[in-house]
Amino acid sequence: MDILRAILALPSGGSTVADRIDLLHGFVITVTMLVSTFVFVTAAWFTARYHRKQDDQLTENVSATRGGEAVLIVGILSMFLLWWVIGFRQYVEVRDPPEGSEVVYVDAKQWMWKFAYADGRVSNDALTVPVGRPIKLVMTSRDVIHSFYVPGFRVKQDVLPGRYTTLWFEVKEPGTYPIWCAEYCGVSHSLMRGEVRALGADDYARWKRQGDRPPPDADCGRGPGSCGDTSLVEQGRLVAERRQCVACHTLDGQKHIGPTWARLYGSERVLADGRRVIADEGYLTRSMMEPTADVVAGYREVMPSYRGTLTAGETSALVELIRSLRDAPAPSGITLPRLEVTAASDGGTSP
Amino acid sequence: MSTTPLAPAASPAPEASHAPGASPRPVAHPSYLGVDTTLRSWLLTTDHKRIGVLYLVTLLATMALGGFFALALRIEHLTPNATIVSAMTYNRMFTLHGVIMVWLFLIPSIPSSFGNFVLPMMVGAKDVAFPRLNLLSYWIFVAGSILVLLSTGIGGIDTGWTFYPPYSSISATAVPLALLGVFIIGFSTILTGLNFIVTTHTMRAKGVGWMRLPLFVWSIYATSIIQVLATPVLGMVLLFVVVDNGLGWGLFDPARGGDPVLYQHLFWFYSHPAVYIMVLPGMGVVSEVVASYARKNPFSYKAIAYSSLGIAFVGFLTWGHHMFVAGMSKFDAGAFGVLSMLVAVFSAIKVFNWTWTLKRGAVALKTPLLYIFAFLFLFVFGGMTGVATASMSLDVHWHDTYFIVAHFHFIMVGGTLTAFLAGLHYWFPKMCGRMYPERLGMLSAALVFAGFFVTFFPQFLLGNAGMPRRYFNYPPQFQVLHIVSTVGSWVLAAGLILTAFYFLWSLRWGAPAGPNPWGSRSFEWRTASPPPKHNFRREPPFEIDPYDYTQPLPDEVYQ
Repeated sequence: MDILRAILALPSGGSTVADRIDLLHGFVITVTMLVSTFVFVTAAWFTARYHRKQDDQLTENVSATRGGEAVLIVGILSMFLLWWVIGFRQYVEVRDPPEGSEVVYVDAKQWMWKFAYADGRVSNDALTVPVGRPIKLVMTSRDVIHSFYVPGFRVKQDVLPGRYTTLWFEVKEPGTYPIWCAEYCGVSHSLMRGEVRALGADDYARWKRQGDRPPPDADCGRGPGSCGDTSLVEQGRLVAERRQCVACHTLDGQKHIGPTWARLYGSERVLADGRRVIADEGYLTRSMMEPTADVVAGYREVMPSYRGTLTAGETSALVELIRSLRDAPAPSGITLPRLEVTAASDGGTSP
Repeated sequence: MSTTPLAPAASPAPEASHAPGASPRPVAHPSYLGVDTTLRSWLLTTDHKRIGVLYLVTLLATMALGGFFALALRIEHLTPNATIVSAMTYNRMFTLHGVIMVWLFLIPSIPSSFGNFVLPMMVGAKDVAFPRLNLLSYWIFVAGSILVLLSTGIGGIDTGWTFYPPYSSISATAVPLALLGVFIIGFSTILTGLNFIVTTHTMRAKGVGWMRLPLFVWSIYATSIIQVLATPVLGMVLLFVVVDNGLGWGLFDPARGGDPVLYQHLFWFYSHPAVYIMVLPGMGVVSEVVASYARKNPFSYKAIAYSSLGIAFVGFLTWGHHMFVAGMSKFDAGAFGVLSMLVAVFSAIKVFNWTWTLKRGAVALKTPLLYIFAFLFLFVFGGMTGVATASMSLDVHWHDTYFIVAHFHFIMVGGTLTAFLAGLHYWFPKMCGRMYPERLGMLSAALVFAGFFVTFFPQFLLGNAGMPRRYFNYPPQFQVLHIVSTVGSWVLAAGLILTAFYFLWSLRWGAPAGPNPWGSRSFEWRTASPPPKHNFRREPPFEIDPYDYTQPLPDEVYQ
């Protein structure tokens, strides 16, 4: 199985359906390779064997026999139908969520995935699920068509505005699996990425209890002293990753979906409506809670509100982080960076 | 040049008489090129051959433009982030690449150029049934193309060539203008199709029954049926998007009560059959070229002819396979999956027929046949990956990834473009009366094949690995495969540029071709090269079949 995946450049199979789908994949592609090579070699052989010997050479008519044609058609059709039967059965399995699946609601927008769990919690761009239990996603879009795609699970489903679609998977091994938007959705389509964080039973139970907190510094951002000796700036970095701020904002001056945080604090911001404001503490916190109030010129109104999501401790840690970046070095020449979210390791620790 | 015409030229073409070594003989009948040489006589011509040449020159220019965008896209992907352009420019470029290649090149490519040039000769006619409509069709095509290109000047269009709403309903780019351009081009497609259907029905010379038509005519006939029936649906749906975007009607925008999935059904109802508009004429070229160079009858004439019609018919029933993950019911998906496989059976019948036509033939390996070998390998591979994607569970993983990009480029470039190049080499002597250099032809065919394979094979692997299409930024683990693909595109470009150079050279300095350099029995080779204005000076009896190689060809040329 691993050899097959290595040859076909397939990612490792993280879901329960992946192995069977990959076997069909290997079967179909092997036959494809064999048949196209067979046709090519046969044509080359006939060309060599029946090479023209003189310029005005004549040939006898040779025609297919009825029997030969029938055998060919039946043979090809049976091979195709065999693939169809296997593929259709797998397709039905991938489409029908099993009874008792755990439901997570997905709300897609340009260019972010929002997840809402049954217990009322929400997260952006990071979907935390337990291993070994079927998860059913109920998905809709707020603007244009997106497509929820986890290559490691071999599942994909378009996410449409104005209607709900579903997708299910069951993860086999703990780990992180990238989510990529597969339906073209605008200028930052290729940055609309997230990740599935699949946790083992113990880790998942702890996550249910404590939320998106990495175990070693479980209380970071919850107030002074909550991270042991960690400074508030370091706490801010952890919060920025945990809450997926870095999916849209960079810390090193590069332009992304949202403005960078480097040299932001204290600078004068030109807003989309022409107003000018100074990026002080009040502006920064208002932009977290009411992002549409002061949209910076040149950026789209895409940030969701973090009111009720960020705790007071987390908010202050983020402001302190942004303050610490006011004298950050000049940005590199690259205008759009690699998205940090795919590089973040499980649990949100610093990459 | 090792080409010895079986039938000696009754009188060389006017151009040929200037060539060194050719004996200056009085020209009995001027060729279609020599009959009138003013610019006006070209731009307002109703001669199907001149219109074919006009189309050919225009289409080569649009192909070069689409290819330029393709090269720029490949260079952009040398690095995972911005390399030469911004994300917005990238989105506009892949949209234009798609729009230009699909509507300004591939759809008219073979029917409008070679179809116009050789189809009337193949049925033994003086011209198409409606010569003035034919000219109108060309100018409508030019007008539509200009609109599409104008839209690039006023902001471009960034929706992808599929124009999916609601993104296309709200995109701030020049969507209405570009779509109107494509809408107008649709009329040209319909007129050309109509012309070919009527020509085939009513203009066949005495003795040219349906079962004596060259197979190229069958494939163009099948293509024309699709063009006439499917293009109006595209016109309608594009107009809907224009009013959605321009006037805010919201037919496909759920925010205003519309349904975006309805658009996808309507769009693919045209655009899937459009794939056969692009590839069926290519299949016709293959049938001609294989028979001519193998100098043998097709293994099964009827199987090839009827599969063309079969593809045209079943092709209308498969559009749903573009929407397996769009939220369609499982029953619909299953039905569309199995119907899609039926189309592949017809294609497979053709492939095996072409291959077995070579058996016990007298095969001469010339450039066009080399292109056909490339076609056979690439088309079979591309077609079978199409069957693979019709195995629905696999499509769930592959949908909207580079696997699909690779699959349809194998069909569109590996199939249609190689067939187009085969046809260009095959009929160039007929069109211009001169030969191309054979060795350079073989070299460029090898370059095109190798370059194509290196460009697109890695994209199958990228798709397997999960790389979605239309991604400006991509995860760095994909960089190696992207670089390989980009280098391949340079080899492909080198092959095509070399081809362009030697064709230009051959126009003036190529060896005179004579009426029938390939010794073909097909009817268009029974007149002079280049042919006289009315193709045949007297009504030819066509006493032997277009694929009858059991007896020597009579020496007479029906100039």
